[in-house]
Amino acid sequence: MMRKLTLAIAVIAPMLGHVAWAEDAIKIGYIDPLSGGGASVGEGGLKTFQYLADEINAKGGILGHKVEIVPFDNKTNPQETLVQAQKAIDGGVRYVTQGNGSSVGLALEDFVTKHNTRNPGKEVLYFNYAAVDPAMTNEKCSFWHFRWDASSDIKMEALTNYMKGIASIKKVYLINQDYSFGQSVRSDARKMLTAKRPDIQIVGDELHPLLKVTDFSPYIAKIKASGADSVVTGNWGQDIALLLKAAADAGLKVNWYTYYAGGAGGPTAIKQTGLDHQVFQITEGFANSGNQVAMDYEKAFRAKVNMSLWYPRAVNEMRMFKAAAEKANSIDPVKVAGALEDLKFEVLDGGTGFMRKDDHQFFQPIYISSFGKLAANEPFDEENTGWGWHLVSKIDTPQAMVSTTCKMTRP
Amino acid sequence: MVAGATRPRIFHECTVLELIVISTLNGVLFGMLLFLLSSGLTVIFSMMGVLNFAHASFYMLGAFFGFQLTKWIGFWPALVVAPLLVGAIGMAVERYGLRNTHKHGHVAELLLTFGLAFAIEEIVSMIWGRSPLDYRVPALLDFPAFTVFSTNYPAYKIFMLAVSVAIFVALLIVLKRTRVGLIVQAALTHPHMVAHLGHNVGRVFMVVFGVGSALAGLAGVIAGPALVTQSDMAASLGPILFVVIVFGGLGSLPGAFIASLVIGLVQTFAVALNGSLASAFGPLDPSAGPSALADIWNVTIAQVAPIVPYLLLVIILIVRPMGLMGTRES
Repeated sequence: MMRKLTLAIAVIAPMLGHVAWAEDAIKIGYIDPLSGGGASVGEGGLKTFQYLADEINAKGGILGHKVEIVPFDNKTNPQETLVQAQKAIDGGVRYVTQGNGSSVGLALEDFVTKHNTRNPGKEVLYFNYAAVDPAMTNEKCSFWHFRWDASSDIKMEALTNYMKGIASIKKVYLINQDYSFGQSVRSDARKMLTAKRPDIQIVGDELHPLLKVTDFSPYIAKIKASGADSVVTGNWGQDIALLLKAAADAGLKVNWYTYYAGGAGGPTAIKQTGLDHQVFQITEGFANSGNQVAMDYEKAFRAKVNMSLWYPRAVNEMRMFKAAAEKANSIDPVKVAGALEDLKFEVLDGGTGFMRKDDHQFFQPIYISSFGKLAANEPFDEENTGWGWHLVSKIDTPQAMVSTTCKMTRP
Repeated sequence: MVAGATRPRIFHECTVLELIVISTLNGVLFGMLLFLLSSGLTVIFSMMGVLNFAHASFYMLGAFFGFQLTKWIGFWPALVVAPLLVGAIGMAVERYGLRNTHKHGHVAELLLTFGLAFAIEEIVSMIWGRSPLDYRVPALLDFPAFTVFSTNYPAYKIFMLAVSVAIFVALLIVLKRTRVGLIVQAALTHPHMVAHLGHNVGRVFMVVFGVGSALAGLAGVIAGPALVTQSDMAASLGPILFVVIVFGGLGSLPGAFIASLVIGLVQTFAVALNGSLASAFGPLDPSAGPSALADIWNVTIAQVAPIVPYLLLVIILIVRPMGLMGTRES
């Protein structure tokens, strides 16, 4: 009787949430914009990570340690990021995660690397879920940095492979944010389009200030005057939402090849333009991907967090963190880092990805999707527009790989 | 209009003209929005000599009140109520804040409005969060007013333009042609005399500050749906307002009007231009050889568009410190 009771308590207690946690919680410092022009995406990311932490904690945490997300507002500013990162580390954070802005990402990568050199035994890992400047896993690569999002050149490779086959593309306009990431998008687009479709004319190549423009009408007028039939942009946050909004207002009818049209405000603006399946996005997963597990997950996520799952890669990141810690049987950052290297992992939207040891870039299947009216088997719309993302092309892991120049220094 | 597919070839010569026309329209529109904002600021400055750093924050309050009231009572009532609310807050700030600090001089007043700007931003983000709000253009004005060169011009933007012009005319008339304007202007230069004549100078100042704030609030209500409504909107527009009033001449309403238009047009056209030093001095291009100058050499005018107004500010301060229409150096 007594044994049965103890057993029952042992089984039921974790379900009630009364988990006997190991002494110290794993604090993950979430360093991203929670104010300013990047706030909309930053807040979305924070909610996502909190959901993921809750999910892990509900299943007993990582090796009995509770996972705690500690937010830090970096205002999309590299300088502020370092202040916040130091604050996080002083507060006992050994894992930081960041995504918005490669300028920020590069600064953080450098900071973490220096910190770890100077403070052996107190190493910090940087989990990057969205800063996609190729430099971070090439010339500036670091052992302490891991990236789950596909880098900008992987995305552009996939995007241009798709564009290559569309004969109607004749004139392309490039518009990007004026900082490291935007510049890498523009130069990759130029290089790859010229190589794959020499007949395509690049009729415009614009760089605008990052997250500062409130009205894109002048830029839209310029795109219109150029006679472009397609626009390629890596814009994110309000820069893509407002760009599409201005296009909607002016009635600009072109095809949009984007990295992040699905972010806050983007879908609403696309619906306004009436561009049915003419705005494309490239991601590692999306709501209507057709993978049942991912779609069930999306449903549960939306029900609880009241937003779409923008970051399937964040799911992969947190789950892989757990898997690596369990593999290493330790929450020590150095051991976790070792366990992450070459770790194979079944990603949320299906298929196997792996964290390449050479440069700490995660390779995974990539999807191109278009935004418009939904088919019967596509249950998810965005921002209550009635429109949603539709699968256009899937690129499997082996085809979504690029080489690296990284020469990693290991501890 | 010719069908879309053949348009580019046939109208190719027109594209430059098209760009000019559209840029002019966009520039005028942006300029008028700037004016709507700077009018309140310049009125307050000319009356009270107070450079109100919190002015853009009142603009932001207008946008957020507009958003909230639109949800509750609809856009058109909000268009009236929100500016009144902002005006009331402005009056309270003058009555209980500025009037007390006035005796400590302008620096104290300046610091008060400076602190207020931060306080308002924090309060707004505590209530509404830091993400952009879904503040939509009212359905009644959500259609293209006209089409030039196949570019639609939204009716809402025309509405913004009309409101700005109406405010300019109304302000000029009130200040220059009515008894109220007479008292207000007299109170600025000869407050004691006006008081001796039986007018309540304190109340005049309070009302002026309220009206100035209400104008900013109005600008917020109508600009909110067209631009972005979020808690950093004050910070992103604030600096350029000072450019407008300094450029136009501190305290001059017509000056602010002209300066707004000039800055609106300059900024819009700067975006439209692709020229760079490299294209202007092609053969002398230092990037032909390795050079640290190559970066500067290849920057296009479009890329520096956002700093052009500040460049104008520096130039005007050097050449004509009192501004375009200003009468005193201050």
